[in-house]
Order: sequence, then structure tokens, then C-alpha cells
Amino acid sequence: MRISTSTIRLVIPAASLALLLAAVFYMQPRAMSYTGLNLLFNLAVPIALATVAQMLIMAVNDLDLSMGAFVSFCACVTATFLQASPTLGVLIFLGAIVAYAVIGVVIHVRELPSIVVTLGMSFVWGGLAVLMLPSPGGEAPGWARWLMTSRPPFVPMAIVASIVIALITHFVIMRSSVGVLIRGVGGNVRSVERAGWSVIRIRAGTYALAGFFAVLSGIALVGLTTSADANIALRYTLLSIAGVILGGGEFVGGKVSPIGAVIGALTLTLAGSFLSFMRISPDWQIGAQGAILIVVLGLRLLLNRLEKREKSR
Amino acid sequence: MNEVITRQEVVAARGIKVTFGAVKALDGADLVIHAGECVGLVGHNGAGKSTIVNAINGGLTPHAGEISYGGVRAQHGISTARANGVRCVFQELSLCPNLTVNENARIMHAELAGWNWRSRAGALVKLQLQEIFPGHGIDCDSTIDDLSIAERQMVEIAVSFAGLNQKPKLVILDEPTSSLDAGLAAQLMAYIRRFVGEGGSVLLISHILGEILSTSDRIVVMKDGRVVADRSASEFSKRSLVEAMGNVAREKEWQRAGDKRNGAPVLAMPARRGQGLAFEAHRGEMIGLAGLGGHGQTETLLDLYLSRNSNWWPARRKEIAFVAGDRSLNGIFPLWSILKNLSIASLGDFSARTIVDRDREGALGNGWKKRIEIRTPDMENRILSLSGGNQQKVLFARALATSARIVLMDDPMRGVDVGTKQEVYDILRLEAAGGRTFIWYSTEMDEIRLCDRVYVFREGAIVAELAGDEITEKNVLEASFSGGEAA
Repeated sequence: MRISTSTIRLVIPAASLALLLAAVFYMQPRAMSYTGLNLLFNLAVPIALATVAQMLIMAVNDLDLSMGAFVSFCACVTATFLQASPTLGVLIFLGAIVAYAVIGVVIHVRELPSIVVTLGMSFVWGGLAVLMLPSPGGEAPGWARWLMTSRPPFVPMAIVASIVIALITHFVIMRSSVGVLIRGVGGNVRSVERAGWSVIRIRAGTYALAGFFAVLSGIALVGLTTSADANIALRYTLLSIAGVILGGGEFVGGKVSPIGAVIGALTLTLAGSFLSFMRISPDWQIGAQGAILIVVLGLRLLLNRLEKREKSR
Repeated sequence: MNEVITRQEVVAARGIKVTFGAVKALDGADLVIHAGECVGLVGHNGAGKSTIVNAINGGLTPHAGEISYGGVRAQHGISTARANGVRCVFQELSLCPNLTVNENARIMHAELAGWNWRSRAGALVKLQLQEIFPGHGIDCDSTIDDLSIAERQMVEIAVSFAGLNQKPKLVILDEPTSSLDAGLAAQLMAYIRRFVGEGGSVLLISHILGEILSTSDRIVVMKDGRVVADRSASEFSKRSLVEAMGNVAREKEWQRAGDKRNGAPVLAMPARRGQGLAFEAHRGEMIGLAGLGGHGQTETLLDLYLSRNSNWWPARRKEIAFVAGDRSLNGIFPLWSILKNLSIASLGDFSARTIVDRDREGALGNGWKKRIEIRTPDMENRILSLSGGNQQKVLFARALATSARIVLMDDPMRGVDVGTKQEVYDILRLEAAGGRTFIWYSTEMDEIRLCDRVYVFREGAIVAELAGDEITEKNVLEASFSGGEAA
């Protein structure tokens, strides 16, 4: 039997993660423990959730440049309202998810470029976050703190959470019929439209689902850091996009992979630790992280080309 | 005939009128399809075939006329058409390339919901594929991207004919055999007969007349947005079909200069993919690329262009200029002035040390403004202030103002009014007499008849070369519509 394209798509991110992990273990054998792994991957959980949210937006051929600001906003809500008066906090989150759906509708109806709309929204979310927490502070709700710091037997929480996220999103996006429609819009809008579906509804639903995962990302982040700041997750915008691409997704065409996206998020987190272990000064780390990204993407390009040559034969 | 009329109507479109800007795509066309018949629909480019199909399947709302499903006038729209059992297989593949066969079936069939839909979709498609194309060998779990073009077309056809709760009543097939080989095409035609025998109806659009004649019960011929013939298939032959599509009354002879084929060709290309005839162009010739739309003419123009220009690095001296067909997509710079739009291709000729010489640019603009009569008070006005025809003239001037000796034209006269067309034709003849070579893809017969020599395209290859007096509508049509042997 031939190996399907989607499997090939997953091989490179999985291989690069394994390679990075092996390098980290080689340099710092003590990382090969329960606590070590937990420390290495702790911060990957919120990034993985944000990456999944970004992946949903990218599945319908859009791009969300407000992801970082929105996760920061959610973190601020978690550290203030959700902690002080849970009902109000939940209501705010519901409102934020509805706002995401509305953004999707506006982008679809007015045929606006998603980049512009979400870039504008990033200032709105950022402003709201500053209004709530002008200076770093707040406190994590007890249950979020408990969830993120719990110690399940044998496997650290960070790994368990990543696997659970990967499996649930894989089921929703790749196996369920709703996921088929979402990816169908990315693949060929006209064909979905001609089959009698309401693309506007699908898009609104996709954006709402992305908003939901971004909310979870904010809660998970505060559960780890115990307090929040209006700029806490600004890096997430680019990290989430890089994670999706690293995990085998594409900018257009509805080609996404939830498992790959989670692996991509893990790889990005690990790359940071790897560079620290290499004793590369923080000044150079961003550049070195970029270099790792380029190498992995270069590998993918090469593989795609081989695949194409195979097909044209 | 009487027997056909008493049958139940599945879809009836009466007096449909659709206009796109100045172009009348449909001018009061009637099309009635009854249960249990296969209707063949033929016509040349722009005859309105695709437009009437889009009106029937709900994708396009006609400006006048009425459409009824099953004899009942209903609200217009895609969901209404689908609810009445109308399915459509489009000419360009309309599956989602990133999804598997099963998942595409799910998108086409909303009733495939609930638990276990994946395996039910798989069973449905597999059964239908087996019924239409026995021994197909397509894995329903593979992604559409991984399938060959023929396999994709087979999947799309099977998905459209499949019905979970109810079979479709009318399936519209727009060039369904364009990428199937002869064996698969025969299987499909046999299935269409069986489907029709069981009471379904099919609207078949194809450029292979043999297929149309052997499979249809009734043939509708369209021309210029109207139905010009609607008779039972047995009353047609290949010859009479071609004659019905053409327009004999409008044959008009042009004053053609003698054969200009002397010396070495200025541009030549071997046969595409090893099929059909080779292409060559000589100095001062006006060469037409004819045939039905989308049969490789634009690709040939691009290949010709790239054969002289690198894809990576702009050549210093451009030998070839290109006039784009889709103005808004790849022709004009909408935010620039008329003058800048005109001079962009020849900036290198009148700039010194990379600085543009404004005076020479202005002189060039005024010269061309007079020569081709661009109707504007000031060349500094925005390009969008011009009418479509005048915008197109600016694009012609852009190409002609360069020093290029060869001009490629990708159906540039789409949606241009008749007066402007005549003016541009005159300029082209003048330039051709001056030694420029024009290679002109056009979907309009009048323009093809202006050319010195014509290559007719079918399925990506040149199938006929016509020169001088051989260039008649009838000959071009005959070459574009193959008999039964092709594909």
C-alpha cells in the first residue's frame, strides 16, 4: 500500500522533534526524567492550544495576526475576572468567542483580507488587556493552577495535555464531518457552495472554535505563570503560525494537521531550551530559532518537490 | 416528438436573459428537459452553454425569464435546484483537492451525517464507481490530490450520480470526458443510457460530436445566447451539427496580403507534448490561435513568451510583448494614471541612468493618445476613468510602444464594444504591415478571420493549420469539434 500524503506530511515534524529531543538529552542527560521533561515542555501547552486555534483559521485560508494579543487578553481576564467572579469571567469569554465569530462573518461578507482585520483587532484586544491590567499582576484561579501543576503518574502533565489536545483536535478537524466542511472551505470554496452549504456559517463556526481554543490557551498560560500581563503572549502570533507550518500545514488550500500542529508547538518550545543548553547567548537565540525553522521548512520543500516529481512520472 | 412532449418536465428554462456588462450571454434562451431523456447541448465559445447551465443549477439568477423545476415555479437558488434533484459536474474539477474521496462525498451529500458517516460515504462512492466504471481501482480513502486527473473526474461523476435516499433527477455533465480515455468515456456513455433508461435525465455538453450524436435523444444547438436548433438526435449528422453551430450568412472575405511565410520563422515551437502540429510564426504575420476556450491556447502563449524570456531574470531587450486578456487580473495597474499604465513596458527606452525622463514619457503618451484615440482629456487621469474598451486600447499601446517585434495577445477583446474593436483591428493591420508579428488567441470567429494563418487547438495540441481562404467559420468549427475518435 502506498503511504498517503498526510502521513508523509507528519514524518518531518515528528523526526525533527525526535532529533531535537535526542540532542537535548545528549547535552543534558538529567533532562531525561519526569521533572526534566515537565520543565522542558511546560510552556508548550498554551502554545499548542494557540497553534491549534491558528490552524483552524488557516484551514479556511485566513491568517490571524491578533492571536498573541487575544491570548494575552484572555490571560488577563483569567487572572482578574475569572478568578474574582467566575460567572462574569465566563460571560466575557463567551462574548470574546462571539466576537471571533463576528470577525469571521465580517471577513467573509465584506471579502476583506483577514490579515488586515485581525491586525486591527490585535490593537483592540491589546487595549482591553491594558485596561484590565495596566501593570503585571492578578492571580490564577485555583483550579487552573491545580490543573497545570498536577502530577499524573509516570508521564508529566505537559506531555499528557499535549497528547489530549492533539487527539481531540484530530478527531474534530480530521475525522468529524464538521471538520470536513472546514477543510473543504479551505480546499475549494466554490465546490462547498455549489453543494448547497452556507459558507458564511462554516466560517463563523470555524472562527468561534478558534476563539475557544485561544481562550483555553490564555487560561493554561495563567495556570502556569500564576499571574498575567497585558503583553504576556504577544510572541504567540508568530509562534502559532510557525507551529502550524512546522507541523506540516500550509498557508492556503486547507491542508492542515492538528497532530502536526501540536508537534510543531512542542518543537518550537524545545528549540528554545536546546539553544539555552548550547549556551548560546539570548541575544542570538531568536536568530538561531529562525535558523532551525528554515532548516525544517527547507527539508519540507525538498520532500514536496520529490513528491511532485514522483507524481508527474 | 409527441411522445417526448407528454413526458414530465424535470427542468424548464424559458426566455432566459443574462447580461454581463455589455455582453449578452443569454438572449432569450429556452431549454426544457423531460424525465428519461438525454439532451445534448453544443455550441461554440460564448454561445451561452455554461451560462444556461449555471442558470439551471441555481448559481446564477437570470435577468429575465423563468425557471421551473418539475413543472412548479419555485424560488431560485442553489439549494432549490439541489432539492429538486439537479446535480452538476463542472468542466473545471470542483472537488476539494485536500480532502479524501469519502470526505468529498460528504460535502456533496449533506444527508451523510451522524455517526459512521465515513464508511457509509465510502460504500456509496465505491458502489457508484463500480456501477459506472467497472474495474476502476480507485482507493476511496486517498486524497484527491493523490489521484490522476482522470481519476478525479471519475470520482466527481460518480459522486454526482450517487444518491443516498433518492437518486438525482437531472445530472448536468459539462465536458465530462475531457480527461477520460476512450474506454472510460465509453463506459460513461453506456451508464448514461442506463441511467436515462431508468427514468433519470442527463444534460450532456461535449465538444466530441460523436459522443453527443450517439448518446443523446435530443440535441440543442446554441449560438450567440440563443437556441438555434432543437431536434431529435437522429435528424443530425456531424456535418449538419457543425453547420447549425456556424453562421453561414456572415462569411465575409478580407483583403489578405499574400503568403508571408518566407525566410526563417521568428518564433517556433515543436508540437506540445509531442502531439499535434508544430507552431511557427514569420515576420509580419498575424497568426490566430482558435478552438474552444481553455484547450491550451493561453498555455501556448505563455510557453512562447518564456521561450524568449527567462522566468527569473528580466531580459535587457525584450523581443516579445504580451497583451493580457483579463484586464483587471493581470492587465492594468488600477491606481496609476493612464500615462503610467502605458509607459510601464518601455520605461527602459527613455530613462537615463535609471531615472525616468518625464518629458519623453509625456511625448510618448501624447503620441499614442493621438494615434489610437484614447478618449480622455488628460493622460494623467486615473486609468479607471476610462471605459473598458479604452483601457484595453491603453494595454495595446503599452505593448506596441515597446521595441518588441512580436506581440502575443491572450483574447484581449473580451467585453469590448464593436467600435473600439474596429479601431484596434486597423492599428494591428498597420503594425503587421510594418513587420510586427502578432500571435492572437481569440474566442471570436470574426477576429480569427482577420488572421493570415490560424492554428486550431483541441485538448492542448494544435490539430489543424488553416491559411488564407481556408480560414472559415466552418473549417475552424470542424477542427475544434472532433468526431468520435478523439479523447
